[in-house]
Amino acid sequence: MAAKKIFIVPAFVFFLIYYFLLPLLVGYAPQFMSIKVWGNVNLAYLFALSQFFMAWTIAGLYVRASDNFDEISKDIVEKALTHENAKGSK
Amino acid sequence: MSVPLIMFLIFIGITLAITYWASKRSSGSSAYFAAGRQIRSWQNGVAVAGDYMSAASFLGIAGIIAFQGYDGFMFSVGWLVAYLTVLLVIAEPLRNAGKYTMADVLAYRLKPRPVRAMAALSTLTVSTFYMIAQMVGAGALVALLLKGSGISYTTAVIGVGILMIVYVVFGGMLATTWVQIIKAILLMAGTVLLSILVMSHFHFSFAAFFDAIGHVTYHDKGQEVVKDFLQPGLRYKPPYGPLELISLGLALIFGTAGLPHILVRFYTVPDAKTARHSVVWAMALIGSFYIMTTFLGFGAATIVGRDFIGAHGGTNMSAPLLAQALAGDIFFAFICAIAFATILAVVAGLTISATTSFAHDFWTNVIYNGVERKPGEEVRVARLSAFVVGAVAITIAILLGPTANVAFLVALAFAVAASANLPVIVLSIFWRRFNTAGAVAGLGVGLIASIGLILVSPSLMAIDPPTVTGTARHLIQAKAWFPLENPGIVSIPLGFLGAILGTLLSHEPSSTHKFNELLVRSNTGLGAEKASPSH
Repeated sequence: MAAKKIFIVPAFVFFLIYYFLLPLLVGYAPQFMSIKVWGNVNLAYLFALSQFFMAWTIAGLYVRASDNFDEISKDIVEKALTHENAKGSK
Repeated sequence: MSVPLIMFLIFIGITLAITYWASKRSSGSSAYFAAGRQIRSWQNGVAVAGDYMSAASFLGIAGIIAFQGYDGFMFSVGWLVAYLTVLLVIAEPLRNAGKYTMADVLAYRLKPRPVRAMAALSTLTVSTFYMIAQMVGAGALVALLLKGSGISYTTAVIGVGILMIVYVVFGGMLATTWVQIIKAILLMAGTVLLSILVMSHFHFSFAAFFDAIGHVTYHDKGQEVVKDFLQPGLRYKPPYGPLELISLGLALIFGTAGLPHILVRFYTVPDAKTARHSVVWAMALIGSFYIMTTFLGFGAATIVGRDFIGAHGGTNMSAPLLAQALAGDIFFAFICAIAFATILAVVAGLTISATTSFAHDFWTNVIYNGVERKPGEEVRVARLSAFVVGAVAITIAILLGPTANVAFLVALAFAVAASANLPVIVLSIFWRRFNTAGAVAGLGVGLIASIGLILVSPSLMAIDPPTVTGTARHLIQAKAWFPLENPGIVSIPLGFLGAILGTLLSHEPSSTHKFNELLVRSNTGLGAEKASPSH
């Protein structure tokens, strides 16, 4: 289960920081967020849009990594069950 | 008969056919409350999206962006990103450790009766508030859309109420799931079409589209104003705007993972792996939808304009009016029918989560100590309580009337979910020392703090000019004591504090002992079907 935490804790902390940067910057640095990057498109909109891709990326990485966790926990459960069965048959 | 009415009737016909099909199949508690745990990951993902994207998202967000530009898009971002909390923290342990409700997870390692009673109270509070907001919205919307057909607000509210009762009483979770799936597909189709039409209006030039957003013209108190709608700050102004944004963000990020009608969806799949994959499906759909609110909202701002929308039904009509401006009456009717389907699917989801919590948590486990006196009693109680929940929601919605100021009810539902439900779910899964007193204190403090702060917030306390009448007036005619509409920034820490203090000030060795069992179960799913130890 430690393996699972190694992914989840940093991913969760990163997502919280990345997400709350948006209302912080929009709220307290509106001038900075109004800088136009392309045509009329400003930093505020691009940063908001990037949140969607951040969420999808973390979700994708997590699902890939968690397939490994599944294998590990399946192994542990099987070992525990064979162990119990072995005890029971003695 | 008008075209919108025909489209409404077609949708109602299809969903009733599904309900009939589901009623033939569902028997037994697991079938009724959790669709027999046979829902596939993509189906559940689409259903989560259908359960989640309410009229507030479709009509509300398009309206806020059309009227206040960029700040409205902040809701869109929060509503998707919140699913990372569901994915990383909640979905799998919940599926592995529970049976039908979030209280199953708490009751596993804590004393079942007090925690279930509190969890049921909080679930019913969230569901009822959310449902009343949807019903008032539905009534006003249907009355407006079907103006030509002579259907009044009251008839519309009663109609929506009866339909949701029928879905839940006869079709249970299986019918609710398919109503949500169909609604999600319709909503996505309508949104994609509308977005393409908006872009074709700008000859598929993003430069031209964003340029138009830079010069939105409308009239404010008789004065012509030109504003850049991509500029933040049109809704959330100083001094409290920035704090309001952060507080809203907190409520969304932590509230979504505590919404009972979303949580119950994870019990409909066979295992945690499927639950996880269904969150990813939901995120793909929900994310695409909220990105497209760019086209819906800014499209309505630039193509239809604030002045016209304001004169033809107000902010909530932005998306339908955009459809009418771009492709005429038939498309307008189609978008209206989708809005109606959206409301029905969400109220059905809310009803089933409320009735499940009442029957499973309160009736069977609190009153009768976890024993069903007769087989099938739990399902029977759930069906009866669907009538009660429906009747209560219909009555309150009619009493409030179509102009009632109800937007705060959705904020309240998210705040209660984030401040009461989420802290205790998280602490019971991750904190060894956590105990019954902590859970009861956390749920109680979170609930009271969010309701109390909203009562004294600008949503309910303000001084209206005499032109505002009836239920549209603020409840308390005085200056608000608490400056923010979203209480999350204060109430969420209070919920956690209540749970932590409650735990530290009491002693309960068995909860620590059971934590290890819960830890194994929430990670592996061993023995999840027999969730409650009192069974």
